Amino acid sequence: MKSEITIKMGRCKGCGICVAFCPKQVLALDELGKVQVANGDACIACGQCELRCPDYAIFVDKGAEA
Amino acid sequence: MERSYEKYFRQNRLPHLWCPGCGNGIAMKAIVQAIEKKGLSQDNTVIVSGIGCSSRASGYMDFDTLHTAHGRAIPFATGIKLANPDLNVVVITGDGDCTAIGGNHFIHGCRRNIDLTVVLFNNNIYGMTGGQASPMTPLGKKATTAPYGSVDRPFDACHLAEAAGATYVARSTAFHEKHLVDMIADGFDNKGFSFIEALVQCPTAYGRKNKMGSPANMMMWMRDNAVMKAAWDKLPEEKKTGEKFPIGCFYKAEAMDYDTAYDQVIERAGGAAK
Ligand SMILES: Cc1ncc(C[n+]2csc(CCOP(=O)(O)OP(=O)(O)O)c2C)c(N)n1
Ligand code: SF4
Ligand SMILES: [Mg+2]
Repeated sequence: MKSEITIKMGRCKGCGICVAFCPKQVLALDELGKVQVANGDACIACGQCELRCPDYAIFVDKGAEA
Repeated sequence: MERSYEKYFRQNRLPHLWCPGCGNGIAMKAIVQAIEKKGLSQDNTVIVSGIGCSSRASGYMDFDTLHTAHGRAIPFATGIKLANPDLNVVVITGDGDCTAIGGNHFIHGCRRNIDLTVVLFNNNIYGMTGGQASPMTPLGKKATTAPYGSVDRPFDACHLAEAAGATYVARSTAFHEKHLVDMIADGFDNKGFSFIEALVQCPTAYGRKNKMGSPANMMMWMRDNAVMKAAWDKLPEEKKTGEKFPIGCFYKAEAMDYDTAYDQVIERAGGAAK
Protein backbone atom coordinates (compact mmCIF):
# COMPACT_ATOMS: atom_id res chain seq x y z
CA MET A 1 0.00 0.00 0.00
CA LYS A 2 1.27 3.44 -0.92
CA SER A 3 -0.45 5.19 1.93
CA GLU A 4 -2.48 4.60 5.04
CA ILE A 5 -5.48 6.81 5.69
CA THR A 6 -6.79 6.93 9.25
CA ILE A 7 -10.17 8.51 9.95
CA LYS A 8 -11.42 9.46 13.41
CA MET A 9 -15.08 9.24 12.49
CA GLY A 10 -16.26 10.73 15.77
CA ARG A 11 -14.53 13.98 14.86
CA CYS A 12 -15.68 14.29 11.25
CA LYS A 13 -18.41 16.89 10.65
CA GLY A 14 -18.59 16.39 6.89
CA CYS A 15 -17.48 19.89 5.93
CA GLY A 16 -16.04 18.58 2.64
CA ILE A 17 -12.73 20.45 2.85
CA CYS A 18 -10.66 17.25 2.48
CA VAL A 19 -12.81 16.07 -0.42
CA ALA A 20 -12.36 19.39 -2.24
CA PHE A 21 -8.59 19.67 -1.72
CA CYS A 22 -7.65 16.05 -2.52
CA PRO A 23 -5.91 16.25 -5.91
CA LYS A 24 -6.72 12.61 -6.73
CA GLN A 25 -10.42 12.35 -5.80
CA VAL A 26 -9.63 9.75 -3.17
CA LEU A 27 -12.24 10.97 -0.70
CA ALA A 28 -16.01 11.36 -0.78
CA LEU A 29 -18.82 11.98 1.67
CA ASP A 30 -20.95 8.93 2.48
CA GLU A 31 -24.75 8.88 2.75
CA LEU A 32 -24.53 10.20 6.31
CA GLY A 33 -22.38 13.09 5.09
CA LYS A 34 -19.12 11.88 6.67
CA VAL A 35 -15.83 11.31 4.94
CA GLN A 36 -15.08 7.94 3.37
CA VAL A 37 -12.21 6.60 1.31
CA ALA A 38 -13.70 6.07 -2.13
CA ASN A 39 -10.55 5.33 -4.08
CA GLY A 40 -7.69 4.54 -1.71
CA ASP A 41 -5.36 3.22 -4.40
CA ALA A 42 -5.21 6.66 -6.00
CA CYS A 43 -3.83 8.28 -2.80
CA ILE A 44 -0.38 9.77 -3.23
CA ALA A 45 -0.02 10.59 0.50
CA CYS A 46 0.29 14.32 -0.21
CA GLY A 47 -1.40 15.06 3.12
CA GLN A 48 -3.62 17.89 1.85
CA CYS A 49 -6.65 16.40 3.62
CA GLU A 50 -4.85 16.14 6.94
CA LEU A 51 -3.30 19.60 6.61
CA ARG A 52 -6.63 21.31 5.99
CA CYS A 53 -9.02 19.31 8.18
CA PRO A 54 -10.31 21.73 10.85
CA ASP A 55 -11.44 18.81 13.01
CA TYR A 56 -8.29 16.63 13.10
CA ALA A 57 -10.38 13.77 11.75
CA ILE A 58 -8.17 12.46 8.94
CA PHE A 59 -4.51 11.44 8.90
CA VAL A 60 -2.31 10.10 6.14
CA ASP A 61 0.89 8.16 6.55
CA LYS A 62 3.13 6.83 3.84
CA GLY A 63 2.55 3.08 3.84
CA ALA A 64 5.18 0.37 3.70
CA GLU A 65 5.79 -0.08 -0.01
CA ALA A 66 5.11 -3.75 -0.71
CA MET B 1 0.25 7.05 13.86
CA GLU B 2 -1.04 9.42 16.52
CA ARG B 3 0.15 12.98 15.85
CA SER B 4 2.44 14.49 18.46
CA TYR B 5 0.36 17.70 18.72
CA GLU B 6 -2.61 15.69 20.03
CA LYS B 7 -1.05 15.80 23.49
CA TYR B 8 -1.83 19.52 23.62
CA PHE B 9 -5.57 18.91 23.30
CA ARG B 10 -8.01 17.92 26.02
CA GLN B 11 -9.04 14.73 24.27
CA ASN B 12 -12.25 14.34 26.24
CA ARG B 13 -13.40 17.75 24.94
CA LEU B 14 -13.08 16.89 21.26
CA PRO B 15 -14.73 17.13 18.79
CA HIS B 16 -14.88 20.89 19.26
CA LEU B 17 -18.15 22.78 18.96
CA TRP B 18 -17.24 24.85 15.90
CA CYS B 19 -19.43 24.54 12.82
CA PRO B 20 -18.52 22.14 10.02
CA GLY B 21 -15.71 23.76 8.03
CA CYS B 22 -15.03 26.58 10.51
CA GLY B 23 -11.41 27.75 10.28
CA ASN B 24 -10.98 28.12 14.03
CA GLY B 25 -9.90 24.47 14.31
CA ILE B 26 -7.07 25.07 11.86
CA ALA B 27 -5.85 28.15 13.74
CA MET B 28 -5.99 26.28 17.06
CA LYS B 29 -3.89 23.47 15.60
CA ALA B 30 -1.41 26.03 14.28
CA ILE B 31 -0.98 27.45 17.79
CA VAL B 32 -0.21 24.07 19.37
CA GLN B 33 2.15 23.21 16.52
CA ALA B 34 3.98 26.49 17.10
CA ILE B 35 4.14 25.69 20.82
CA GLU B 36 5.59 22.28 19.95
CA LYS B 37 8.02 23.78 17.46
CA LYS B 38 9.38 26.17 20.07
CA GLY B 39 9.37 23.51 22.79
CA LEU B 40 7.24 25.55 25.20
CA SER B 41 6.22 23.35 28.10
CA GLN B 42 2.59 22.64 28.90
CA ASP B 43 3.19 23.50 32.54
CA ASN B 44 4.76 26.85 31.80
CA THR B 45 2.34 28.08 29.16
CA VAL B 46 -0.99 29.76 29.84
CA ILE B 47 -3.75 30.24 27.27
CA VAL B 48 -6.10 33.17 27.85
CA SER B 49 -9.13 33.91 25.70
CA GLY B 50 -12.01 36.36 25.65
CA ILE B 51 -15.53 35.59 24.43
CA GLY B 52 -16.65 34.44 21.00
CA CYS B 53 -16.51 31.29 18.89
CA SER B 54 -12.76 31.82 18.55
CA SER B 55 -12.28 32.25 22.28
CA ARG B 56 -13.75 28.81 22.89
CA ALA B 57 -10.36 27.45 21.81
CA SER B 58 -8.92 27.72 25.32
CA GLY B 59 -11.35 25.04 26.51
CA TYR B 60 -9.83 22.44 24.19
CA MET B 61 -6.20 23.14 24.96
CA ASP B 62 -4.40 21.16 27.65
CA PHE B 63 -2.57 23.96 29.46
CA ASP B 64 -3.55 26.23 32.30
CA THR B 65 -6.32 28.12 30.54
CA LEU B 66 -8.56 31.08 31.24
CA HIS B 67 -11.76 31.78 29.33
CA THR B 68 -12.41 35.32 30.48
CA ALA B 69 -14.84 38.16 29.70
CA HIS B 70 -15.64 39.70 26.33
CA GLY B 71 -12.75 41.91 25.21
CA ARG B 72 -10.82 41.40 28.43
CA ALA B 73 -8.37 38.62 27.61
CA ILE B 74 -5.41 41.01 27.39
CA PRO B 75 -6.01 42.52 30.87
CA PHE B 76 -6.22 39.02 32.40
CA ALA B 77 -3.10 37.99 30.50
CA THR B 78 -1.31 41.12 31.70
CA GLY B 79 -2.05 40.20 35.30
CA ILE B 80 -0.76 36.66 34.81
CA LYS B 81 2.40 37.87 33.11
CA LEU B 82 3.18 40.44 35.79
CA ALA B 83 2.48 37.99 38.61
CA ASN B 84 4.78 35.39 37.05
CA PRO B 85 6.95 36.72 34.22
CA ASP B 86 8.43 33.25 33.63
CA LEU B 87 5.19 32.04 32.05
CA ASN B 88 4.57 32.04 28.31
CA VAL B 89 1.23 33.76 27.97
CA VAL B 90 -0.78 33.25 24.79
CA VAL B 91 -3.97 35.19 24.10
CA ILE B 92 -6.65 33.91 21.72
CA THR B 93 -9.17 36.51 20.62
CA GLY B 94 -11.64 37.35 17.84
CA ASP B 95 -11.99 40.37 15.60
CA GLY B 96 -14.90 41.62 17.68
CA ASP B 97 -13.33 40.65 20.99
CA CYS B 98 -10.00 42.32 20.16
CA THR B 99 -10.92 45.39 18.12
CA ALA B 100 -14.46 46.31 19.25
CA ILE B 101 -15.17 45.84 22.96
CA GLY B 102 -11.51 45.03 23.67
CA GLY B 103 -10.02 47.71 21.43
CA ASN B 104 -8.61 49.82 24.23
CA HIS B 105 -7.07 46.88 26.01
CA PHE B 106 -5.50 45.85 22.73
CA ILE B 107 -3.87 49.18 21.90
CA HIS B 108 -2.64 49.69 25.43
CA GLY B 109 -1.25 46.16 25.58
CA CYS B 110 0.69 47.05 22.42
CA ARG B 111 1.72 50.42 23.84
CA ARG B 112 3.14 48.86 26.98
CA ASN B 113 4.87 46.15 24.96
CA ILE B 114 3.73 43.46 27.37
CA ASP B 115 5.40 40.14 26.60
CA LEU B 116 2.31 38.33 25.28
CA THR B 117 1.60 36.47 22.07
CA VAL B 118 -1.83 37.50 20.85
CA VAL B 119 -3.45 35.46 18.08
CA LEU B 120 -6.54 37.08 16.58
CA PHE B 121 -8.84 34.64 14.77
CA ASN B 122 -10.25 37.02 12.19
CA ASN B 123 -13.46 35.76 10.60
CA ASN B 124 -14.56 39.31 9.73
CA ILE B 125 -17.74 39.05 11.80
CA TYR B 126 -19.30 38.35 15.18
CA GLY B 127 -19.74 34.61 14.65
CA MET B 128 -21.06 33.57 18.04
CA THR B 129 -23.91 36.04 18.27
CA GLY B 130 -25.23 35.44 14.78
CA GLY B 131 -23.26 37.48 12.29
CA GLN B 132 -23.24 41.14 13.29
CA ALA B 133 -20.64 43.36 11.62
CA SER B 134 -17.36 43.82 13.48
CA PRO B 135 -14.75 46.57 13.13
CA MET B 136 -12.96 44.16 10.78
CA THR B 137 -15.87 43.50 8.42
CA PRO B 138 -14.58 44.72 5.06
CA LEU B 139 -16.22 47.71 3.41
CA GLY B 140 -19.29 46.67 1.46
CA LYS B 141 -19.51 43.16 2.97
CA LYS B 142 -22.77 41.99 4.44
CA ALA B 143 -23.64 41.16 8.02
CA THR B 144 -26.95 40.90 9.87
CA THR B 145 -26.39 44.49 11.01
CA ALA B 146 -25.21 45.57 7.55
CA PRO B 147 -27.81 44.10 5.20
CA TYR B 148 -26.80 46.46 2.38
CA GLY B 149 -23.09 46.04 2.99
CA SER B 150 -20.94 47.64 5.67
CA VAL B 151 -20.44 51.39 5.30
CA ASP B 152 -17.93 51.49 8.17
CA ARG B 153 -14.29 51.50 7.14
CA PRO B 154 -12.59 48.48 8.73
CA PHE B 155 -9.56 48.37 10.98
CA ASP B 156 -6.42 46.75 9.64
CA ALA B 157 -5.50 45.15 12.97
CA CYS B 158 -1.87 44.71 11.90
CA HIS B 159 -1.51 48.43 11.16
CA LEU B 160 -3.26 49.19 14.42
CA ALA B 161 -0.91 46.93 16.41
CA GLU B 162 2.18 48.42 14.81
CA ALA B 163 1.04 52.00 15.30
CA ALA B 164 0.15 51.29 18.93
CA GLY B 165 3.59 49.89 19.74
CA ALA B 166 3.56 46.11 19.25
CA THR B 167 7.05 44.78 18.54
CA TYR B 168 6.10 41.82 16.32
CA VAL B 169 3.24 41.96 13.82
CA ALA B 170 2.27 39.27 11.32
CA ARG B 171 -0.66 37.86 9.37
CA SER B 172 -1.47 34.52 7.84
CA THR B 173 -4.55 32.48 6.95
CA ALA B 174 -6.18 29.13 7.61
CA PHE B 175 -5.24 28.11 4.07
CA HIS B 176 -1.54 28.81 4.73
CA GLU B 177 -1.41 26.49 7.75
CA LYS B 178 2.36 25.90 7.82
CA HIS B 179 3.06 29.60 7.30
CA LEU B 180 0.65 30.40 10.12
CA VAL B 181 2.58 28.04 12.42
CA ASP B 182 5.80 29.87 11.51
CA MET B 183 4.28 33.31 12.09
CA ILE B 184 3.08 32.27 15.55
CA ALA B 185 6.36 30.53 16.41
CA ASP B 186 8.32 33.66 15.45
CA GLY B 187 5.98 35.63 17.69
CA PHE B 188 7.01 33.42 20.64
CA ASP B 189 10.62 34.42 20.01
CA ASN B 190 9.88 38.11 20.49
CA LYS B 191 10.18 39.39 24.05
CA GLY B 192 7.41 41.95 23.89
CA PHE B 193 3.92 42.27 22.46
CA SER B 194 3.55 39.90 19.51
CA PHE B 195 0.45 40.10 17.36
CA ILE B 196 -0.57 37.54 14.76
CA GLU B 197 -3.75 37.92 12.74
CA ALA B 198 -5.03 34.55 11.47
CA LEU B 199 -7.67 34.93 8.80
CA VAL B 200 -10.20 32.10 9.30
CA GLN B 201 -13.33 31.16 7.41
CA CYS B 202 -16.72 31.41 9.09
CA PRO B 203 -18.93 29.61 6.60
CA THR B 204 -22.01 29.89 8.80
CA ALA B 205 -22.24 33.64 9.38
CA TYR B 206 -19.82 35.58 7.19
CA GLY B 207 -19.59 33.11 4.31
CA ARG B 208 -23.31 32.57 3.99
CA LYS B 209 -24.14 36.29 4.19
CA ASN B 210 -21.60 37.07 1.52
CA LYS B 211 -22.30 34.07 -0.74
CA MET B 212 -18.75 32.79 -0.50
CA GLY B 213 -19.68 29.15 -1.09
CA SER B 214 -18.44 26.09 0.77
CA PRO B 215 -15.77 26.14 3.49
CA ALA B 216 -13.33 24.82 0.87
CA ASN B 217 -14.27 27.69 -1.46
CA MET B 218 -13.58 30.16 1.32
CA MET B 219 -10.11 28.66 1.76
CA MET B 220 -9.51 28.83 -1.99
CA TRP B 221 -10.40 32.51 -1.77
CA MET B 222 -7.59 32.88 0.79
CA ARG B 223 -5.21 30.99 -1.48
CA ASP B 224 -6.10 33.23 -4.42
CA ASN B 225 -6.06 36.58 -2.65
CA ALA B 226 -3.29 36.41 -0.05
CA VAL B 227 0.05 37.68 -1.33
CA MET B 228 3.34 37.04 0.50
CA LYS B 229 4.79 40.27 1.81
CA ALA B 230 7.92 40.14 -0.36
CA ALA B 231 5.77 39.91 -3.51
CA TRP B 232 3.26 42.44 -2.17
CA ASP B 233 5.99 45.03 -1.61
CA LYS B 234 7.02 44.75 -5.26
CA LEU B 235 3.46 45.11 -6.57
CA PRO B 236 2.71 48.49 -8.12
CA GLU B 237 -0.11 50.30 -6.28
CA GLU B 238 -2.54 49.83 -9.18
CA LYS B 239 -2.12 46.03 -8.88
CA LYS B 240 -3.05 46.01 -5.17
CA THR B 241 -6.67 45.88 -6.22
CA GLY B 242 -9.78 43.84 -5.61
CA GLU B 243 -9.62 41.74 -2.51
CA LYS B 244 -5.87 41.08 -2.53
CA PHE B 245 -4.13 41.43 0.82
CA PRO B 246 -0.62 40.81 2.17
CA ILE B 247 0.46 38.06 4.57
CA GLY B 248 3.77 37.56 6.36
CA CYS B 249 5.70 39.37 9.06
CA PHE B 250 5.07 43.11 8.65
CA TYR B 251 6.96 44.57 11.54
CA LYS B 252 9.62 43.76 14.11
CA ALA B 253 11.20 46.16 16.58
CA GLU B 254 13.48 46.12 19.58
CA ALA B 255 11.97 47.80 22.61
CA MET B 256 11.97 47.21 26.34
CA ASP B 257 9.13 44.91 27.37
CA TYR B 258 6.89 45.66 30.31
CA ASP B 259 8.32 42.99 32.65
CA THR B 260 11.80 44.46 32.26
CA ALA B 261 10.50 48.00 32.70
CA TYR B 262 8.62 46.95 35.81
CA ASP B 263 11.65 45.19 37.25
CA GLN B 264 13.48 48.48 36.97
CA VAL B 265 10.73 50.20 38.91
CA ILE B 266 11.03 47.56 41.62
CA GLU B 267 14.80 48.12 41.72
CA ARG B 268 14.34 51.89 41.98
CA ALA B 269 11.87 51.41 44.80
CA GLY B 270 14.44 49.43 46.77
CA GLY B 271 13.87 45.91 45.44
CA ALA B 272 11.23 43.32 46.18
CA ALA B 273 11.31 40.73 48.90
CA LYS B 274 11.97 37.57 46.89
C1 LIG C 1 -19.90 42.32 27.72
C2 LIG C 1 -20.46 41.51 26.61
N1 LIG C 1 -21.04 42.12 25.56
C3 LIG C 1 -21.54 41.39 24.55
C4 LIG C 1 -21.46 40.04 24.56
C5 LIG C 1 -22.07 39.25 23.44
N2 LIG C 1 -21.06 38.68 22.57
C6 LIG C 1 -20.62 37.40 22.71
S1 LIG C 1 -19.50 36.95 21.54
C7 LIG C 1 -19.63 38.49 20.79
C8 LIG C 1 -18.87 38.82 19.55
C9 LIG C 1 -17.80 37.87 19.20
O1 LIG C 1 -17.19 38.24 17.99
P1 LIG C 1 -15.70 37.87 17.75
O2 LIG C 1 -14.84 38.37 18.83
O3 LIG C 1 -15.36 38.31 16.36
O4 LIG C 1 -15.67 36.28 17.88
P2 LIG C 1 -16.21 35.14 16.88
O5 LIG C 1 -17.44 34.59 17.51
O6 LIG C 1 -16.45 35.75 15.55
O7 LIG C 1 -15.07 34.17 16.85
C10 LIG C 1 -20.50 39.31 21.47
C11 LIG C 1 -20.84 40.68 21.06
C12 LIG C 1 -20.84 39.43 25.68
N3 LIG C 1 -20.71 38.10 25.75
N4 LIG C 1 -20.36 40.18 26.67
S1 SF4 D 1 -20.50 30.69 13.61
FE1 SF4 D 1 -18.74 30.92 12.26
S2 SF4 D 1 -17.00 31.30 13.64
FE2 SF4 D 1 -18.65 30.44 14.88
S3 SF4 D 1 -18.24 28.22 14.93
FE3 SF4 D 1 -19.68 28.62 13.23
S4 SF4 D 1 -18.36 28.87 11.43
FE4 SF4 D 1 -17.05 29.10 13.24
MG1 LIG E 1 -15.20 37.20 14.67
